[in-house]
Amino acid sequence: MHFDTLHNQFQSGKLGMWLFLGQEVLFFAALFTAYSVYRGNHTDMFHYGQYFLDWRMGGANTIVLLFSSMTAAWSVRCAQLEQRKGLLITIAITWACAATFMIIKYFEYSHKIHIGAIWGEHFHIHSFDELPLPLQEKLSHIPVPEGKTQIEAVNDYLGKGGLGLGTFFAVYFCMTGLHGIHVLVGMGLYIWLFVRAWRGRYNRKYYSSVDNIALYWHIVDLIWIFLFPLLYLIG
Amino acid sequence: MAGGVVEKPAGYGAPGAVPNYLNHVAGIKSWLITLDHKRIGIMYLAAVTFALLLGGFFVLLLRTELLQSGGVLFKNNEYYNKFFTLHGAVMVFMFIIPGIPASLGNFILPMQLGAKDLALPRLNLMSLYLYWIGAVMFVLVLVFGGLDTGWTLYPPYSLDRDTSIPLLLALSAVFILGFSSILTGLNFIVTMHRLRPVGMTMYDMPLFLWALYATALIQVLATPVIGLTLGLSAVEHIGHIGIFLPQYGGDPVLYQHFFWFYSHPAVYIMILPAMGVQSELIATFSRKHVFGYKAIAWSSIAIAAIGFVVWGHHMFVAGQSPTAGIIFSFITFFVAIPSAIKVFNWVATLYKGSIELKTPMLYGLAFMYLFGVGGLTGLFLAAIGNNVHLHDTYFVIAHFHMVMVGSTLNAFFGGVHYWWPKITGRMYNEKLAVIACILVFIGFNLAFMPQFVAGTRGMPRRYANYVDEFTIFHQLSTIGAYILGAGVLLQVVYFIASLKNGKKAPKNPWGAATLEWQADSPPDFHNFTKPPIVMAAYDFENWEYDPNTGGYELRKEVVEAGHSLATVHN
Repeated sequence: MHFDTLHNQFQSGKLGMWLFLGQEVLFFAALFTAYSVYRGNHTDMFHYGQYFLDWRMGGANTIVLLFSSMTAAWSVRCAQLEQRKGLLITIAITWACAATFMIIKYFEYSHKIHIGAIWGEHFHIHSFDELPLPLQEKLSHIPVPEGKTQIEAVNDYLGKGGLGLGTFFAVYFCMTGLHGIHVLVGMGLYIWLFVRAWRGRYNRKYYSSVDNIALYWHIVDLIWIFLFPLLYLIG
Repeated sequence: MAGGVVEKPAGYGAPGAVPNYLNHVAGIKSWLITLDHKRIGIMYLAAVTFALLLGGFFVLLLRTELLQSGGVLFKNNEYYNKFFTLHGAVMVFMFIIPGIPASLGNFILPMQLGAKDLALPRLNLMSLYLYWIGAVMFVLVLVFGGLDTGWTLYPPYSLDRDTSIPLLLALSAVFILGFSSILTGLNFIVTMHRLRPVGMTMYDMPLFLWALYATALIQVLATPVIGLTLGLSAVEHIGHIGIFLPQYGGDPVLYQHFFWFYSHPAVYIMILPAMGVQSELIATFSRKHVFGYKAIAWSSIAIAAIGFVVWGHHMFVAGQSPTAGIIFSFITFFVAIPSAIKVFNWVATLYKGSIELKTPMLYGLAFMYLFGVGGLTGLFLAAIGNNVHLHDTYFVIAHFHMVMVGSTLNAFFGGVHYWWPKITGRMYNEKLAVIACILVFIGFNLAFMPQFVAGTRGMPRRYANYVDEFTIFHQLSTIGAYILGAGVLLQVVYFIASLKNGKKAPKNPWGAATLEWQADSPPDFHNFTKPPIVMAAYDFENWEYDPNTGGYELRKEVVEAGHSLATVHN
């Protein structure tokens, strides 16, 4: 112990966490920049890509995460008030929300992989009927050259040499994937926190891990708050 | 928290020995799990020295190859490409970025604050382990056949190849080394905010700490971008996702933007700590309060801030728009202002100072000249029209080696000589040190001055071969590199010898006034056996020479008053 007071130690940990969050913002900033650059250069690509994303799924995830942010903040308050039961419950709910988020994400991802709406050179839609309905309507009029099937024409139109949706999905999967990794890390941290809280390690003078992990959780939410409209809502 | 639990004083050295951080507990394990910033600093020092020697060995091979056009050493040019890639990567990521902050900074920063340790000691150990992991991965790059991409790893050339283990190793290594750097910077900022002693404001801190603070800001805010960029590169390389490779729809120039968004601020990660060391050396060996303290302090922050918005000057010929080029060129000139503020203030500190030409000061003086040349040639390159002509020539090589090696390596050597007595408790051989310093200075100038000329005449960088008219420049340069190498080896020899035979160092051999000199040499495990008397960093009048110890002691009045004489007189 080389701090003169417990308060100083707490504040040091917290300042360290804020700096780490600053680092996180810059970490994601590169991806947001990539998003802006590609969106600026290829508006059509983003316009068509957005048809593949379901705002209801994204919206549900937004609500889940916002709720978990509230319980995360609540858990800090519980620790400050030494409410052991409340602390355990709020941690558990935060974790459960994170898990729900990942389950919804899993369904989103597996559907896209299933229909072939994926990154880079692997982008290849398997069947016209699996395309989202509004997109089917939009693409039903594109001319089909002689000797090609309709789905081949659609892939030529959307994929490499056409709109290049592969890059859209590269941006989509990288942004949401990196965010998903952060959610998984947060879930790990909350398990650790739960075990420590179960053992009664926190009290009104010592709760810096509860506070710092909640801070981390808020930035994970905040990043999603930007991802959701950028990817799902603006067409 | 700072290892008090792990390191019980049970094993206090040999009977009769004064306990210090080196002998209070023994065994390899006590080093591997230590949370002591001094031991971690020493392990960093050993590791970065190893990286320096490794990168230096690679470049000696390269310079030997270039003795004659057509080459004298390698069977084919692929080896040349691999060795220059590794020379660059090892020197940049393993030596010069962690070089001064992680080794000297780690050791000295808490002591200059009169603190017991860094604010977050566990994080400090973690950052050391990350460094080791990254370093081992770089060595594995060599084992798995090397890499020929250049240290910048530009796509499409770097990524558009069959899945390559060395490439993935290198990408992961830089990613991990980056996080090591971020954690060190984060720790430094927290420490400087939370562990300053009562009575020491930010403006009482030694300028070395201001420099480390500015460095840490860049480490925390710029490094994540390269981490992400290299992560994307790895995914692109394996999965062809179409983010950087044009054939899949990606944009290779975007990579260059991301890369230089980190790597340009990173050159200030390299030079700012060196400037910090320089401020200490010049003040101490002029025995005079540093001139323009606040100007030097804030110019560090200014360099860090401006450094974030000049990255485009690396891409004048990369297909960036002319407007962007002109703006980046314009902003780049601004870096010269805070840099010049520093140099003028150092020169003004020398004025009417009582200059003592000890080895660290020799490095300090060499720094001003070498940094002057390196900085001014930077202005040539910042001018966009001129840059197109000089781009990717030896002129660029000579320019950035003047700054990176001439200035940073030079200050690193100066800093190691300056703090060696404090770190090890031994004095090195002054005569040999002066000889080594002169060798380094001559060797360095001989190695790089001819490269300026060769560059202006069109010698392109990274080429394994050249036309005959460049022979003389290459040969002079190679001879210079050998002399520089000899100087460095000589240093290694007398430093190691000093551990055994060196004279025991007094507390304060130089009469420096920063707090670390109030500790024993080498310091106690707790750094200070009694709380240091907090005083402003450059109040040299508080110390007087003591012929009995061969060093300086605090004046009696200061010890009795418990504070600086300056305060007493006021």
